[in-house]
Amino acid sequence: MPKNTIKVRVKLKGDVATLKSMITHPMETGQRKDKATGKLIPAHYIQEVRCDHNGKQIMLADWSQAISKDPYMSFRFHGAKKGDNIRISWRDNKDESDSIETKIS
Amino acid sequence: MNTSTKRRLMLKGVLGTGLLRLAAVAGVLNPLVSWAWPKSAFESESANDALQRLLGTTQMTDTAAVTLIAPPIAENGAVVPVSISTNLKNVESITIIAENNPFPLIANFQFASNMDGFAVTRIKMSNTSDVIAVVKAGGKLYSARQEVKVTIGGCGG
Repeated sequence: MPKNTIKVRVKLKGDVATLKSMITHPMETGQRKDKATGKLIPAHYIQEVRCDHNGKQIMLADWSQAISKDPYMSFRFHGAKKGDNIRISWRDNKDESDSIETKIS
Repeated sequence: MNTSTKRRLMLKGVLGTGLLRLAAVAGVLNPLVSWAWPKSAFESESANDALQRLLGTTQMTDTAAVTLIAPPIAENGAVVPVSISTNLKNVESITIIAENNPFPLIANFQFASNMDGFAVTRIKMSNTSDVIAVVKAGGKLYSARQEVKVTIGGCGG
């Protein structure tokens, strides 16, 4: 299973948290050819990304292969405070997955 | 209507009430059952089919309340930054579509009630196309669109 693929940064302003996250992932479309062999590289892309705030799911994203390589995302939510737990997780079309937890500082 | 569309419609019914939606968000309902990846929508080859399969309708209102920021010209179609924001209340989801991609549906972000109407990501575009942002708020669909001219496509190669 992949490890240490997720980077996340949360900025707190009042009770509004802005989250920025980057995931290391090839996001292969399945339409690209391997230059050496001329064969198609099989599709390999993240399908689901989830964000939990203090154990509650606040965001769930469904993605296609048309999210860029090493996906970046940012979003914003209310009701956040210092010390809150943030968990980001993903699952791809090969059923590989990874997750990370961090505290809002 | 295929099985996954039916299931999605059924789930829409199940998740129709605020209480159940909260329960789903709190993880009381199994998230894997509640939020299955919408395969048929992602495999759609037209934007309308994708919207119909994903959200159950293609009816949406073009509005200045949804702001879509994307570059007018993208030299590299493999990395096109898009930002969507809205001041609409009760945003349930934000959907990103590139009309001329082989599979137009790119992303669907589903939000709990404490999320702002705001999402940023980077997408791949195979050729010049309108990018459409669809915001579902209060059960209705609102949209904004912008053309992005792509110099080098970002899907094959």
